[in-house]
Amino acid sequence: MTEKMEKQDKKGRVPMPEQDPNVRKRNFQEVPTGYTPAMAQEEAARCVQCKKPGCVEGCPVSVDIPGFINLVTKGDFTAAIRHIWSMNALPAVCGRVCPQEIQCEGKCILNKKGLPVAIGNLERFCADYEREHGTGALPPKAAPTGKRIAVVGSGPSGLTVAGDLIQKGHSVTIMEAFHKPGGVLVYGIPEFRLPKAIVAQEVNFLERLGAEVKCNAVVGRTVSLDELFEEGYDAIYIGVGAGLPSFMNIPGENLIGILSANEYLTRANLMKAYKFPEVDTPIPLGKNVAVLGAGNVAMDSARTAMRLGAESVKIVYRRSRDEMPARKAEIHHAEEEGIEMMLLTNPVRYLGDESGRLTGMQCLKMELGEPDASGRRRPIPIKGSEFEIKTDLVIVAVGSGANPLLTQSTPDLALNKWGYIQADPETGKTSKRGVWAGGDIVTGAATVILAMGAGRAAANSIHKYLTWGW
Amino acid sequence: MFPIVAREEMAQGTVILNEIEAPLIARKAKPGQFVILKANEEGERIPLTMAETDPAKGTITVIYMVVGKSTALFKDLKVGEGYQDVIGPLGRPTHVEKVGTVLCVGGGTGVAVLHPITRAMKAAGNHVICVIGARNKGLLILEEKMKAASNDLRVCTDDGSYGHHGFVTDIVKEVLEKTPVQQVVAIGPVPMMKAVSAVTKTYNVPTMVSLNPIMIDGTGMCGGCRVSVGGKTKFACVDGPEFDGHQVNFDELTKRLRAYCTEEKQCYEGYCRLND
Ligand SMILES: Cc1cc2nc3c(=O)[nH]c(=O)nc-3n(C[C@H](O)[C@H](O)[C@H](O)COP(=O)(O)OP(=O)(O)OC[C@H]3O[C@@H](n4cnc5c(N)ncnc54)[C@H](O)[C@@H]3O)c2cc1C
Ligand code: SF4
Ligand code: FES
Repeated sequence: MTEKMEKQDKKGRVPMPEQDPNVRKRNFQEVPTGYTPAMAQEEAARCVQCKKPGCVEGCPVSVDIPGFINLVTKGDFTAAIRHIWSMNALPAVCGRVCPQEIQCEGKCILNKKGLPVAIGNLERFCADYEREHGTGALPPKAAPTGKRIAVVGSGPSGLTVAGDLIQKGHSVTIMEAFHKPGGVLVYGIPEFRLPKAIVAQEVNFLERLGAEVKCNAVVGRTVSLDELFEEGYDAIYIGVGAGLPSFMNIPGENLIGILSANEYLTRANLMKAYKFPEVDTPIPLGKNVAVLGAGNVAMDSARTAMRLGAESVKIVYRRSRDEMPARKAEIHHAEEEGIEMMLLTNPVRYLGDESGRLTGMQCLKMELGEPDASGRRRPIPIKGSEFEIKTDLVIVAVGSGANPLLTQSTPDLALNKWGYIQADPETGKTSKRGVWAGGDIVTGAATVILAMGAGRAAANSIHKYLTWGW
Repeated sequence: MFPIVAREEMAQGTVILNEIEAPLIARKAKPGQFVILKANEEGERIPLTMAETDPAKGTITVIYMVVGKSTALFKDLKVGEGYQDVIGPLGRPTHVEKVGTVLCVGGGTGVAVLHPITRAMKAAGNHVICVIGARNKGLLILEEKMKAASNDLRVCTDDGSYGHHGFVTDIVKEVLEKTPVQQVVAIGPVPMMKAVSAVTKTYNVPTMVSLNPIMIDGTGMCGGCRVSVGGKTKFACVDGPEFDGHQVNFDELTKRLRAYCTEEKQCYEGYCRLND
């Protein structure tokens, strides 16, 4: 530990200002309110500018973290954001949703002595500062190449590909099945964690650069990949995500009051049902809500239910706290908002009344056994430990799979045994000539930054192909 | 926007026809497939099976009954105005092949969905017998078109104001007693499809029904549209909307369709008050 480091660390990490838990648990405004320029500079100054920075190694897209932090320390926020952009097209999003504790911040040297540099908060600050104070000037664009690319799916992966290729002079059309672009960023992640205005602005930025966004285009139904080639597209990128909800497959699952997290969050976020009856889409209001699963999707569902006025919200999870896959910040925020963690518990059947509405759930207590294939200790049911919980709304957030809609209509696209598209990990090339794929539809449900990383790699490969051939 | 190019009121203004400009959908759509429509920014996504498509003109036609806020909002759209979003074609098309004699049974606005299927069944070389019904004469739709699309059309009304006095199931029994039928297609309100399926089961005639559960995306990503068919859970939007009527759990579907009845009522009453 260097002397400089010890001196810096005495100051401690600059805390992120947040809405009070008791207030925010009933509103949909963003929870952390963001650093001021002074706070950002103070936090940035904690960075010791390592020669061999661990944080950069921890970042899936190798953002030059000490580089941009150094610019923040100097107060040159405009240069800082431009530096981030050269490696990460959506910093306002990543700063808010990346699992920093296992990526950049997890590898920060300051962990040895105290808390790591708040890299995510700083990244977010730079992006927000630019959005509020920047000129909105567009980056330079290469001369038009005359090549046309169709990007299928407008999640973080597709948006990255579109942004990269349009700047290289190609003409880009984004096709999105939903009526609004943004993928999980708009239909899944709630407003209180990622304001939709930020996503809209990112999409608008691409439109200003000249990308065309076609919503309501269900590729595989409205138009097929081969028809896109016939229409004159030179290359296609598939970034359709992993949007097939998994259910528990236990008795009673079709009772009214049991929704997939996809449905619940889509109603709340995309359809803005939290404003019902101001908008026309309803959402079930549970009194005693149980959310199955413990990932980010589960935390988002639980916190949404709390904001919609639930009396009690439980996370029901069959493993223990250590195995919970959600970001640390989300678990922390959820608990602050009064969400109960019911761990080592597995539902075995749902209970309902004669009108077909959910009234409760029978569960089993679990204990942890030997590690399983995922390396996590396997939960084993404890015999005779059945008990009932009262619930009128269950949100199932136990993972998602590959939606077969597009792949079924494209038989020459090779899939793996789970139905995900096979793509070269380096380039994103699929088995079908002229077609690339990346993001959740290749890896299975993962993270925003990995979806973006795959997008960037594919964009480079597509550019090479359009310049030199397959 | 997806402009409305023609509009008609049917069944004493309770049923509305909209012909909508949607060239991409019109080019691809097949009988039995549906679209999802959303009137405006705050609107709900509502699935409707297409009653007609005109690839040359680039239009699709939907026919719907005004039952709540969203369809009331649709009803208020005039020619020249339009839907903010129309998504499709969704779902699997009807399986049409020459099997011999086909009995097509339609109730309420289900007749609108049945029409293109009837036409396709006849075009495929089948002898098509049709039975359509409504509560009373004034609510009956598309009689002339159904006559033209089939070889033999029978009409019933619940109150006897026109045609046979009674339910479509009466005629279905009568036909099945007299004629060997290879395939039944039944589309209409859930109780009607349930009743027809129960009758055809006793005669062991394969019966296809078209289900209309609550949907959001229509692409298989929410699971809101799940129905039980043969004891297995299916997503109606991608595995259907057509299923084997002898396997469908209609009681579960009926219950699930009531999931939001309180909210729907609240929303509709608010809208009606606003427009009074
Ligand atoms: C509730 C929730 C919370 C999450 N929280 C986090 C988090 O905190 N941090 C994090 O890093 N990750 C998080 N994730 C995961 C992350 O959002 C995903 O890994 C990421 O969005 C994947 O990006 P993508 O571009 O591959 O696909 P998506 O974002 O899923 O986008 C795919 C898009 O393609 C569209 N599409 C699908 N089929 C078709 C078709 N046939 N034609 C046209 N369009 C189609 C979809 O409608 C969608 O808009 C979360 C996910 C969810 C659901
Ligand atoms: S993109 Fe994610 S991992 Fe990379 S520096 Fe930013 S917050 Fe850290
Ligand atoms: S409507 Fe969402 S899965 Fe069918």
